[in-house]
Amino acid sequence: MKPFLNLISMEKYTLKINGKARVVSAAPDTPLLWVLRDNLEMCGTKFGCGMAQCGACTVHVNGQATRSCVTPVSSLAGKNITTIEGVGANGLHPVQKAWIAEDVAQCGFCQGGQIMSAIALLKKTPNPTDDQIDEAMAGNICRCGTYVRIRKAIKTAAKS
Amino acid sequence: MKTQENIFKVSRRDFIKKSGLLGAAGLFLGVELEAKDKKEFITGLAAAVFKPNVYINIANTGLVTLIAHRSEMGTGIRTSLPLVMADELEADWKQVKLEQAVADAKYGDQHTDGSYSMRMFYPQLRKAAATARRMLEQAAGNEWKVPVEECTAKNHKVVHKSGKSLGYGFLAEKANKIELPIDADIKLKDSKDFKYIGKKTSIYDQKDIVTGKAKFGLDTILPNIKVALIKRNPEPGPGVVSVNDVAAKAVEGVLKVFTLKNNPFPMGHQKPIGGVVVVANNTWAAMQGRKALEVVFENGANANYDSDAFQAKMLADVKTAGASKRNEGDVAKALAAATKTIKTDYVVPHFAHTSMETPCAVAYVKPDGSCEVWAPVQDPQTTRKVTAEALGVGIEKVTINVTLLGGGFGRKSKPDFVIEAALISKEMGSPIKLLWTREDDIQHDFYHANSAQHIEVAINAENKVTGWLHRTAFQPIGGTATPMAKGPGPGETSMGLIDTPLDIPNVSIEVLDAPTQTRVGWIRSVANIHHAFAVGSMIDQIAHERGVDPAKNLIDLLGSDRTIEFGKLSKEFWNYNEKEEDFPWQTGRLRKTIETVRQKSGWGKNLPKGSGMGIAANRSFLTYVACVVEVQVSANGKIKIPMVHYAVDCGLAVNPDRVKAQFEGGAAFAASLALKSEITMKNGKVQQSNFHDYGVARITDAPYKTQVHLIESNEKPTGVGEPPVPPFIAALCNAIFAATGKRITKLPIDLG
Repeated sequence: MKPFLNLISMEKYTLKINGKARVVSAAPDTPLLWVLRDNLEMCGTKFGCGMAQCGACTVHVNGQATRSCVTPVSSLAGKNITTIEGVGANGLHPVQKAWIAEDVAQCGFCQGGQIMSAIALLKKTPNPTDDQIDEAMAGNICRCGTYVRIRKAIKTAAKS
Repeated sequence: MKTQENIFKVSRRDFIKKSGLLGAAGLFLGVELEAKDKKEFITGLAAAVFKPNVYINIANTGLVTLIAHRSEMGTGIRTSLPLVMADELEADWKQVKLEQAVADAKYGDQHTDGSYSMRMFYPQLRKAAATARRMLEQAAGNEWKVPVEECTAKNHKVVHKSGKSLGYGFLAEKANKIELPIDADIKLKDSKDFKYIGKKTSIYDQKDIVTGKAKFGLDTILPNIKVALIKRNPEPGPGVVSVNDVAAKAVEGVLKVFTLKNNPFPMGHQKPIGGVVVVANNTWAAMQGRKALEVVFENGANANYDSDAFQAKMLADVKTAGASKRNEGDVAKALAAATKTIKTDYVVPHFAHTSMETPCAVAYVKPDGSCEVWAPVQDPQTTRKVTAEALGVGIEKVTINVTLLGGGFGRKSKPDFVIEAALISKEMGSPIKLLWTREDDIQHDFYHANSAQHIEVAINAENKVTGWLHRTAFQPIGGTATPMAKGPGPGETSMGLIDTPLDIPNVSIEVLDAPTQTRVGWIRSVANIHHAFAVGSMIDQIAHERGVDPAKNLIDLLGSDRTIEFGKLSKEFWNYNEKEEDFPWQTGRLRKTIETVRQKSGWGKNLPKGSGMGIAANRSFLTYVACVVEVQVSANGKIKIPMVHYAVDCGLAVNPDRVKAQFEGGAAFAASLALKSEITMKNGKVQQSNFHDYGVARITDAPYKTQVHLIESNEKPTGVGEPPVPPFIAALCNAIFAATGKRITKLPIDLG
């Protein structure tokens, strides 16, 4: 038990999410994941583990793939946050198109996080090798086991 | 792409805006079913005019609404079953909208489990759609005053032989006034005329999934919704001794802490464990509140359960004779007379499901006592029944809206988490979002049974296998429901054990008791997991002992093409709920998959040092599968799987791309079980808690490539959700043997 928890009270934060300023009231240590889902009712970002083990909650913070389940809201002032709802705001992102072209999804639950990791990878490494894909995607678990198609879709997106 | 609609539209809109709950869905459909003559009458909206059964609705706009009544957990069934109807209806898939069924007995079986959705509903739904098509053709014939025989439904229109045509929207209302045709007039399409069946169709929800719009279990937002977490007893069954909730209640946002009644072990597969509930305004506060709780739990009968020690006990037990489940010839004599014998033990630990979406539910028990649920459930009707029972209300008071499931694998057949959410909502008087954290999921699952097996084989002087003795011990699923279940039931012994199809004259299959000491459930392919691992491994051992190529050996042991009547060999044999005459066990179909995979995989090709190929074959859920796995094992024991080949005979593959996807994914699921996953229990408590210590296959562990070769068939479709798993594990282990000379007899594989 951590007694200091009781002393922390809600604070107001202005977050820049998908290009829009959003004001939320939350305890400072609240992970971004729950601010998105509970405060803002943006449910595209998923809970999978709560300890940065599975990648289902992946968003971009200043373009970097970030596990929102362990990122406190208090650390995000002035940063650009992009969620799965934001990447295809003006039509589908090439990575989303590739995901459709390769029929990647089975249950689909992890795919938002997979796509966010893939977009971040391709931004940094437009033509990734298998090893680079492994390195960037190893943090994203898919229990349906769509990995073969994820790899294929990343390569398809890289070509587009 | 028809992905703009989502499965919440009806229920959410009705619930939030109209708050009409049960009546609202009926109003939307605007029709009622009169059971007497199965004829339906228009009672409401003009937009919904033709509804020959509960699955099909054609509006006068031409929009066809098809009910998806099975749960979508990744198999594609929500797409593929309506696709069967669309094909038979001659509907244009682009003008089809899907609606997910709520839990209701009128839809027939909704329990999406056991890989039987397509098998069970393919014939029924074709007939329903063919009936509707005939009525549309009749309506057009009436309109033109020509015999119906001159009218043919074609792509959302009925075309007369003269070339003129009328659209489905125009005909819908007219068709509704026609009496149902007699069976003799209902003609199913010839398979050569299929436009969707047997061809690739993308899943309906694909665009919603990639844009983050798809709705899963916790994605329903209701006004005034609260979040609940439960601290459960690490040993399922016993109750709470004491609670100190002072610190928990002091967490800002925590609203209430209370005890949810425990259900003593064995509580079955529906009732919740109970525990101490923390309800808060938001998820983070609920998590912090739960962390601050101090709870002393009672100890129960399984407080000393140690899974490793119990596995060792089972391993000792299978050295001695068990209860006979199948016996031919005289195995003891064959073993005594053998020139060579092989004896091997195999052990497999508990596994957890760990679907990416943990168990979760949104529930609202309203002031009038009715309850509406939005949840990712595999078994909507049981969920409805047990939720009503738990709330003490009639079943008609409970509505279960089925969301998309973020994976299921058998876990979400058990509705304990929905009961929890409903009871908490009742206590709070507000809508509740119940979250299971990953720790909750891994520590309070319904686990795959812990098991031990022993196989002995006799080989005679002619290098023929003359005896097969297989003993198994594992905790029965039934033991979670009744202490009477001491050993596995027919549904478990007929999964890869009794139904071993080898042509061996002396066979003894024996089972040893193993009491269930934790919640044991079913996980993707169930008892086939451990049985196919042992049987497939032993067959490979026989190949090496005989000095015969493993693929050839497998075909040798299978023997001549024949139908094996296992029901005559064992009174316990269970054919996945089908009669043997309808779905006979045909060794020729398995042989063909073996030969196909052997050829397609380049079996026998030269591989570099440290690489190897392994083969195994198995029939489960009535589907015949052979698998070749190729591995590379590094000097330090690291395993890579560059290639997997499957050959599959699942009868007619309705949506072949989804069949292939199930096998690609099934290989990864099986790779998790073989390489990474293990649940252990000490003092009745699970030792693992999250993905850092309960490993599952990542992109770096899963097969790099999986090729699926479908055997062309017009046989009745069978299941594909589970069958990929069983043969993969043995094929992988056999490949490791080929690469390293190390025989794997214990999962998960450890070459360290």
